[in-house]
Amino acid sequence: MRLIKRLIEKLGFYVIDVIENLGQVITFMYRFFYWCHRPPYRLHLMFEQIYFVGNKSLFIIILSASFTGMVFAYQTYFGFQLISVDSLVGPIVSISLAKELAPVLTGLIVAGRAGAAMAAQIGSMKVTEQIDALEVMGISSYQYLAVPRIIAGTVALPMLSVVFNLVGNIGSWFIGTKALMIDEVMYFSKLSEFMFVEDLVQGIIKAVFFGFIISAVGCYFGFKVEKGAEGVGKGTNLAVVWGMILVLILDYFLTSFLIKIL
Amino acid sequence: MDKEIIVSIKNLTKTFAGHTVLDNLNFDIYKNTITTILGFSGAGKSTLLKHILGLLKPTDGVINVLGKNISKMNSFETREFRQNFGMLFQYAALFDSMTAFENTAFPLREFTKLPEYEIHKRVTELLLSVNLQEIAFNKLPSELSGGMRKRVGLARALALSPQIILYDEPTTGLDPITTRMVNELIKSTALKHKERGLTSIVISHDVRATLEISDYVAFLDHGKIIEYLPALEFANSDNPLVKSFINL
Repeated sequence: MRLIKRLIEKLGFYVIDVIENLGQVITFMYRFFYWCHRPPYRLHLMFEQIYFVGNKSLFIIILSASFTGMVFAYQTYFGFQLISVDSLVGPIVSISLAKELAPVLTGLIVAGRAGAAMAAQIGSMKVTEQIDALEVMGISSYQYLAVPRIIAGTVALPMLSVVFNLVGNIGSWFIGTKALMIDEVMYFSKLSEFMFVEDLVQGIIKAVFFGFIISAVGCYFGFKVEKGAEGVGKGTNLAVVWGMILVLILDYFLTSFLIKIL
Repeated sequence: MDKEIIVSIKNLTKTFAGHTVLDNLNFDIYKNTITTILGFSGAGKSTLLKHILGLLKPTDGVINVLGKNISKMNSFETREFRQNFGMLFQYAALFDSMTAFENTAFPLREFTKLPEYEIHKRVTELLLSVNLQEIAFNKLPSELSGGMRKRVGLARALALSPQIILYDEPTTGLDPITTRMVNELIKSTALKHKERGLTSIVISHDVRATLEISDYVAFLDHGKIIEYLPALEFANSDNPLVKSFINL
């Protein structure tokens, strides 16, 4: 009996916690949409953040994309060779990159780099009263800190995803035609036969949503930070974990939706 | 002494989840004075400060600041109204990505349309007025000492020429020499801006510093004002709780 009581108690606390968190997320998103279209528009902060999310992630994106493209070309080639369709390596890698790999891997990389940094920056500002200082001056901390970061993430991630796509394709072309000796004319003719603009559009739409969710999660956990340095570490960790999980979950729903409309 | 009321608190009560933090407070703060709100940790000092700033709404009662009922203002009005305040935080709360100069220039860049040369002139004046050496102007907060950070924090708080300046535990965690420096800074700032009627409100639990710098002292305990007197009278208060606090 006591065990059941404890179990119900635990379940009750868990449900309350989930509802409380959900309420906080809704409040946070409401504040974002409330402040994002109200002046002053601090464009310089947004460009700073686009530079931070975009340009500073570029090297790691190029590195990851080139190896992803090369490895994927290799794996596809050896699988397809068994059924003599190795000429389809180009379109298969390209479509996979465009629809899935580029937006998802870019999302995961940005969640680990920029999402974490956003949570850490805002979190440390919170524990050192810098956010209070903004509020006391009459500046909305959401408008000043969250709005430029979330918009920057939403803008920068599709751009990074396009770069990932391009570099991944170059990697695939290089391995396919130079190392695996697939005929270059065949490679490109199959690519143009099977690859459509809709595939690219699907990936870019996904990247927009991923960029939004990663930066929103980073900012949300930054604002939620409590209890000093330990809290900043915890907030950063949660931002990365939830950023990545939400990218993967959102990917499923976006895929099932976009497949129907594109 | 000028007795114009700048902050008027009537029947202020604040409860959080059934727990009363401020219990029916009634007192006035006068223009051109240094008023310190003294009390133990958890007495409700910071909650009171947040009410004066309009960051919290009272459960009951009225707070009039500069003749306006701040608890009745909407969020936009409150934000605009807060430009009448300057605040020096416990650890200065300087923006760590900005230099001392940029921190001081921040309110001017956000709220005024002053040209950059004018901002440069004003910030230099402000930083020199709080005795910050020019060599420290372009240093980041992490490169400044605790005392220097307080000076920059004070310069930033004064940037928009506020009517009221609030000090949140200004001497907590400082060594005796820096404590003395901060106290002198509070006094000299009040004196320098006396002509334009600057009112200083200090939140503290440092009795010695309070008696040294204040014109009025309010003693807050468990959300109630136990004593509110001019500093000299407060030092000789008969209230047993105040007496024991002073003699701690």
